[in-house]
Amino acid sequence: MTDLQTTTPVTPARKTRLPRASQIRKRDQIGWLFTLPFLVVFIAFLVAPLLYAGYLSLYTKGLATGTTFAGIDNYTRAFGDPSFRKGLWFVLKFSLVVIPLQMLVALLAALLLDEITGRLAGFSRLMIFLPYAVPAVIGALMWGFLYSPSFGPLEQIASLFNVQAPFLLSQGNVFYGLLNVVTWQWSGYYMIIIYAALKGIDHTLFEAARIDGASSPQIALRIKVPLVWPALGVILIFSLIGTLQFFAEPQILRNIANGSITPDFTPNIYAYETAFNYAQFNYASAISFTLGFVVFLAVGLFMFATRKRGGLFS
Amino acid sequence: MPARKALKASTPLVLFAAIALAACGGGSDDGGGGGSEGGTAAEATNCTNKILQPDAKKVLVWAWYPNMAKVVDNFNKANTDVQVCWTNAGQGQPQYAKFQTAISAGKGAPDVIMLETEQLVGFEIQDALVDLAPFGADQVKANFSEGAWKDVSQGDAVYAIPVDGGPMAMIYRKDVFDKYGIEKIPTTWDEYAEAAQQMKDAGGPAFGDFGSNVPSAVTALMIQKGAQPFQYDLSDKQNITIKLDDQATKDVLTYWGDLVAKGLIGKEDQFNTDYITGMVGGKYATYVSAAWAPGYLTGQGVGQGKDSGNFAVAPLPQWDPANPVSVNWGGSTFAVTSQTGDKEAAAKVAMELYADDASLEDGWKTQTIFPLNQNVLKSDEFVNAEVEFFDGQTANKDIYVPAENAYAGAVYSPFTVYYYAQLQAQIAKINAGQVTGEQAATDLHAEIVKYAKGQGFNVK
Repeated sequence: MTDLQTTTPVTPARKTRLPRASQIRKRDQIGWLFTLPFLVVFIAFLVAPLLYAGYLSLYTKGLATGTTFAGIDNYTRAFGDPSFRKGLWFVLKFSLVVIPLQMLVALLAALLLDEITGRLAGFSRLMIFLPYAVPAVIGALMWGFLYSPSFGPLEQIASLFNVQAPFLLSQGNVFYGLLNVVTWQWSGYYMIIIYAALKGIDHTLFEAARIDGASSPQIALRIKVPLVWPALGVILIFSLIGTLQFFAEPQILRNIANGSITPDFTPNIYAYETAFNYAQFNYASAISFTLGFVVFLAVGLFMFATRKRGGLFS
Repeated sequence: MPARKALKASTPLVLFAAIALAACGGGSDDGGGGGSEGGTAAEATNCTNKILQPDAKKVLVWAWYPNMAKVVDNFNKANTDVQVCWTNAGQGQPQYAKFQTAISAGKGAPDVIMLETEQLVGFEIQDALVDLAPFGADQVKANFSEGAWKDVSQGDAVYAIPVDGGPMAMIYRKDVFDKYGIEKIPTTWDEYAEAAQQMKDAGGPAFGDFGSNVPSAVTALMIQKGAQPFQYDLSDKQNITIKLDDQATKDVLTYWGDLVAKGLIGKEDQFNTDYITGMVGGKYATYVSAAWAPGYLTGQGVGQGKDSGNFAVAPLPQWDPANPVSVNWGGSTFAVTSQTGDKEAAAKVAMELYADDASLEDGWKTQTIFPLNQNVLKSDEFVNAEVEFFDGQTANKDIYVPAENAYAGAVYSPFTVYYYAQLQAQIAKINAGQVTGEQAATDLHAEIVKYAKGQGFNVK
């Protein structure tokens, strides 16, 4: 067939189409060339490791038995593993509290900053955003110092009143201790997203509302919030993915948490420990994939649930 | 969607960049100082130390002894054909994690690595260590006690060369004891508990500490009561005996759990800044620890300034004073990894590094190590040394040497890392009042048996 096409004389109709097709093909090629830098990195550092991890997760390696093919055994084991379930339950619980909290703080800050003007506004905006500019590891280290029971400021303040300051990383408090760190770290970033969305709103809407006699709180609640709703949706997805993969902060604070942050504290820490401390790369891959599946499911469910509300991502 | 992921991922990158920048800053400083050296700088950046013989074979060593820089220099000065290139890859667990990853990857391990005795079997079973017997290990055998040599051997094979041991004792603060009227130094664990109560009644600080992150010390204390957690022999690779729910283990965990529950001792993790601050400030009256602890504490600034001369050491309290039992915490060795390109050179380093008189002397004088080399252990200078940290007490003669001589050795499992992680979790639960010592032992046993079976062992 191809032979036939190339050797037969070209009909007039083809004559006009052929150059255009090759032009498009050429343009396509150039287009691919432009994406090449991204594509190479994408394949080398995301697709290939994913495929390799997927391959690893199908095998099992015992200290005394060596490597054997396991099929989906690692996956069934992960779902039944109390350590994995415990970690998963923790991050789900944590998401349920931390996400609304972050969004509320970010929304309030953005609405306030949208109202006020002048130098103070710029300064406040920077200050609220600043924690996000601090690397998560450094931030966690700083909080570790602040929480310290022997030289942290909490303890010093408490000792002025002759009471014992609560240790925010103890078994009972670690949830709140981490909640504080994460909210501090991410609220500023979400505030900027909402703030940008607020700046994109047509100002004539506010003027019209004012002429109709609406107060500032009313404008904020009835006009601004509904209009930045899609931004809030984006934030929710971001933070859901991030929180389910919770790792850096608890991992850093483990050192001073007196054992309340266990090796199976979150699924990601558990996967890390399993791979790099217990040398079970196969099972760790399966845990990671299972976690990925849960994240996928959670985000999918959310998007499905909100699909009728004006299409967040349409 | 991937935005946050990317942002999260970039965090370590930023940090890395920051470290790299900081390292550059440090590097240029060095360059300024040693400008006359010129050409070797680029090569030396891979090693923490200076290579004196650039043309000699280089052996990469991972170790974390605080005085390692001196030890490496001593070796490099004494040798022209082999040079040590030293890196500190982390203290204990972080280094083991890197080594384990290198084993799994099949590359990236050093030639010679510092390993604690209890970690050896776990790496031996993975064929990660080289048998040193064919490389002349027997020639240095005479330098060590039979027990120390047994700890590094499997049958005729020798997988590491011992460097230091960790006979345990009770370090205490004389000033705190005096201030709160504790006159009798506890010699049994019952007396220890009584003294702890007395200390609390007198309004004193915590009597000791039950940290979750020292599972190896807790295991030693279990063994002292008569527990034998593992029985394992590499020549019978598939079979292991696990006994973690025996009465001795339960008793020891219950004993410490009770002290915590009564508020007599602390439950803080050890070796972090908070703990050291507490040690400096007299927050703990005793520290049940090993012979290397004073060196570690001194390095962190404990026992100096107005604190100097406040510490003393007494033998480890006993369960049955009629039959005292000596136990070890820590103790380390040099092993040759099977990824080395030159086994002979690596074996030479493993046998001779930290084995010369100057290094050993520096090690024991700063109490960085408790040497296992018999030449030192039996020397008058070592035995009769008046230890500055203990206000001139002859600690070696009175406490540590007898403890080391009475140490009978221990048997470790091939999954020490996992076992320690689980024990750590149980200690944290005990400290939080979530389980009793008895329950913790039962849970721990079940957990470890399950893991061993999952790894393909026949558990007895």
